[in-house]
Amino acid sequence: MSVAEAPLAGLAVERASRGDKVRDLLFRGALLLSLSVGFVTLGALLVDVLIEGGPRLSWSFLTEFPSQIFPERAGISSALLGTLYLMVLTGVFIVPVGVASAIYLEEYADRDRWWNRAIELNIQNLAAVPSIVYGILGLAFIVRDPLGLGAVVLAGALTLGLLVLPVVIVVSREAIRAVPPSIREGSLALGATHWQTIWKQTLPGALPGIATGVILALSRAIGETAPLLVIGAAAFVPFNPGADPTSGAFSAIPVAILSSLSDPDPEQQVLAAAAIIVLMAILLVMNAGAVYLRNRYEQKW
Amino acid sequence: MPSASAASRETIFELGDVGVTYGGVPAVRNVDFGIYEHEITALIGPSGCGKSTLIRCLNRMNDLIPAARVTGRVGYHGQDLYGDDIDPVQVRKRIGMVFQKPNPFPKSIYDNIAFGPRVLGTKGDMDEIVERALTRGALWDEVKDRLKTNAFGMSGGQQQRLCIARALATDPDVILMDEPCSALDPISTGRIEDLMLELKQSYSIVIVTHNMQQAARVSDMTAFFTVELDADEKHRTGRVVEYDATEKVFTNPSDERTEAYVTGKVG
Repeated sequence: MSVAEAPLAGLAVERASRGDKVRDLLFRGALLLSLSVGFVTLGALLVDVLIEGGPRLSWSFLTEFPSQIFPERAGISSALLGTLYLMVLTGVFIVPVGVASAIYLEEYADRDRWWNRAIELNIQNLAAVPSIVYGILGLAFIVRDPLGLGAVVLAGALTLGLLVLPVVIVVSREAIRAVPPSIREGSLALGATHWQTIWKQTLPGALPGIATGVILALSRAIGETAPLLVIGAAAFVPFNPGADPTSGAFSAIPVAILSSLSDPDPEQQVLAAAAIIVLMAILLVMNAGAVYLRNRYEQKW
Repeated sequence: MPSASAASRETIFELGDVGVTYGGVPAVRNVDFGIYEHEITALIGPSGCGKSTLIRCLNRMNDLIPAARVTGRVGYHGQDLYGDDIDPVQVRKRIGMVFQKPNPFPKSIYDNIAFGPRVLGTKGDMDEIVERALTRGALWDEVKDRLKTNAFGMSGGQQQRLCIARALATDPDVILMDEPCSALDPISTGRIEDLMLELKQSYSIVIVTHNMQQAARVSDMTAFFTVELDADEKHRTGRVVEYDATEKVFTNPSDERTEAYVTGKVG
């Protein structure tokens, strides 16, 4: 029985006024409009790229080398393999360094000490430093002396690694912090050492969060162009990267895209669109992997 | 104050003017009594009286709180637990602890029990160790067919008994229980109380409880804590009002504050 059917004087619930309803509707409309700005733009961009580059996609596009003379036969083999190689090396670099830093900050650092607070603050600042600055850093310290690696894959991976390291540290810290103190206490109360507790309880509990963060950090690194350009990644590399990451020129998809886009040949524009599709596909797979990991393995405490 | 038979019993903990401060603020002070072997010692008192703080001194869990400082002497079988040469990890191997909220590890029932023996490098057949611990924890019959399932799938009472069994698996000397039943229903609570009475044959137990009936039912000795405003009237600090045989504390307390609390007039 609704109140309206048997109104008691003074107790009947008032109907919503027409004005309230209209305002509510307008507000919802405005919110939707804001959302659509991002969505429609992204959608239009994707459709445009797919229309232009889609027909160009083929197996040989992935296996052929770039060419300025015969763009219709060119491919992105060296850039694709360069990007994958970069990702693997960057991951190998950032996982141990990032996780170890996060463990120190969460488990050992005494927050009453000013230097620990300074480190913490600086890591957050580092995450906001423009990527080109990291490129210059990589050029000055990794490509040239003191490391003096030259413009090789390893130099690119280390530079990208430095770039995303703050993100990995921040995400890993959050994952470690999400493991409840009661688990640590339970472990310590059984006579486990601090290190055993970290290694056997805290880290396994934090692993899904850390893995998700690492993948997201890598998917940020994969699209970076500026630092790679600065350290000297090449656009036209007519050979695949060798097994030795410390020798030979290398390319990466974003660098190849940029180079194609700045070429006046219209066929190069098509090449760029096709390369963008490949890059987006890799990104999509990585992000899907991150979502899957989070949903499948995340611990509900 | 100690009861007549005290002389014939083995003292396991000897607390000498123990106090704890957090960042300079005293939480509990002037705790002076002995805890006996193969008995259940209950620490009771109103919230904030420092009983949980005190029990955490007995296995050096307070070390985990950087601002906490322990003063006085916590003797354990004649050794000073806070002596310079004492490793807190070694202390916790001998003195197990069960917490207020069941805290199973996000692992299988089997791995929960096996964790302690594994980190301590215990020799022997792990299956046997697990079975013995679960049997002592009065849980074996309920879980023997699902040892490999995740401990999070157990009921709250089962989880708490798992935590007790987990503490037993490392073969400790003492088990500390910090309000072990406060998150459990009366039936689960009853099972844990039965278990405690059984376990005191082989272990010494110290329990913090808010439930006075529980203290009266299971404990041999009871320490009643109260919380008082300090002389400077800034901090509230816990201290022991009365420590005696449980029967005496509950039927014929020598302090009127104890009487008021145990009869439910205050608190």
